[in-house]
Amino acid sequence: MIKNISNLGDAALYCDFGNEVNKSINSQVIKYFKTIKEKKFEGINNLTPSYNKLIISYDLKKTTFKEVKKFIEKINIEDSKKTNSKTLEIPVCCHENFSMDIKRLEEILKLSREKILENFLNKEYFCYMTGFIAGMPFLGDLDENMRAQRLETPRVKVPKGSVGLTEQFANIYTFESPGGWNILGNTPLDVFDSSKEDKPNLINPGDTVIFKEITLDQYKNFND
Amino acid sequence: MTNNYLDIIRPGINTTFQDKGRDHLYHIGIPFSGAMDNRNYLIANKLVNNNLDSAVVEFAYQGPHIKYSGDKINFAVTGDVIFSIKKNNAEIEGNCYQSYQIENGDEINILSTNKSVYGYLALGGELDLKFQWNSCSINTKANIGSNDGKKLDTGQRINIKKINSNKDLKKINYINNKIENIRVMKGTNFDYFSEQGKQTFYEKEFIVSKLSDRMGMRLEGPKIENIVNTNIKSEGLTKGVIQVPADGNPIIMLSDHGTVGGYPKIGAVASVDYDRLVQMAPGSKIKFKEINLADAETLFKLYEMETQNLLSQI
Repeated sequence: MIKNISNLGDAALYCDFGNEVNKSINSQVIKYFKTIKEKKFEGINNLTPSYNKLIISYDLKKTTFKEVKKFIEKINIEDSKKTNSKTLEIPVCCHENFSMDIKRLEEILKLSREKILENFLNKEYFCYMTGFIAGMPFLGDLDENMRAQRLETPRVKVPKGSVGLTEQFANIYTFESPGGWNILGNTPLDVFDSSKEDKPNLINPGDTVIFKEITLDQYKNFND
Repeated sequence: MTNNYLDIIRPGINTTFQDKGRDHLYHIGIPFSGAMDNRNYLIANKLVNNNLDSAVVEFAYQGPHIKYSGDKINFAVTGDVIFSIKKNNAEIEGNCYQSYQIENGDEINILSTNKSVYGYLALGGELDLKFQWNSCSINTKANIGSNDGKKLDTGQRINIKKINSNKDLKKINYINNKIENIRVMKGTNFDYFSEQGKQTFYEKEFIVSKLSDRMGMRLEGPKIENIVNTNIKSEGLTKGVIQVPADGNPIIMLSDHGTVGGYPKIGAVASVDYDRLVQMAPGSKIKFKEINLADAETLFKLYEMETQNLLSQI
């Protein structure tokens, strides 16, 4: 449940669900997000769910902090609310052409390449949120022995499709972007497609993702 | 068939099409975008008898040089902008906040913005642009919007679907006020910073860095000391939020910002000061002044009334 509501500037509500990061708190955030979205409250113009926060932006010309807060405090969240989540298999190629940070990961984690891939692949990850860049999924949780910090100096360009790790999370760069995550492989799938206006994101909050390894040949032939 | 169009002779530095922007998309990672300086955007449209949410050409520092072909059309430039109009080989200097009529073969040359960043060129008609999520605003980072989500380029042709039948010429006296004090509210991680860090934030001067664009404004100055953690778990951001990364230099989120971020938020800029904030060019001095939410709401209401009042005079 929401532990505290405060203002983030004069045009957004900051709903705090606590500091823990886990599936159950995040599912609460997502339920609030979906319920509020359906209600179409006049003036609310954006909702940003994350691990344990929900930010509600509004048009200050149409409503105020007080009005939106009152609405949120009264809202009824059905616990049984369907989230329409799905499970997706994401092909990933971990050939040395793509796994730019495998050596760094081997050193930090003190694990061999084979062991790192074995720990990472064929497991279920939960999508906590999407964002930063359009469609980028934040997936978790990695095992304790797979957690590494961001690069000290972020890359100016991370290639499209890169699969990266940081702390307990994995993500996918939906297009070329600056970024500091440890890159382990690359997916040939289009994870974000702006031409599909009603469903641009392949992966949405609440979904389950499983990474399946493919060879370089399979990667090259994937879009044929 | 379209036979009214603009040819881009020189695109300028960061020239895009912008309108009111797009909303309800933060959760998939897409920001508002839209015209950076909303007041100047609205005035530009009103001066050429457009609907207020029409698309305009936004430019930064240096604008485009354009050649027009077709029937008579009105245009206007807003901001603090130096530009000229070329008709039959005679060149005249143009004035902002005044509409002009151009005809086949005329040229508009937008040379520079004067001690400011953004300027707007509105044409009295409807540009032929692609809409994505109800907006043709270009987001060059995600390549979303009209023009394949890319800046305007040399040699491009922009078609005009329809020219407004109302060709009344309009004018308004308006001066862009500059401000040094940007009013802010406390951020949600205000207590991550030491007493000295908080004092630095409110009392010292910062300089707008060259590494500023439609996504964010980076500031340089005394470092703001963090005593808790220089990272937080990634969470949502909004326009005007001020994040302080590990290096202690604040970054203000602007219209094309990343939708989530993992740096502590020391403050958030009051909406009333947003239009003027984005106009602060690299090298400008900036000081933050704390206000509370109630004052921020009242000040915005007044600013909005003033905007509506200006529009009603046109």
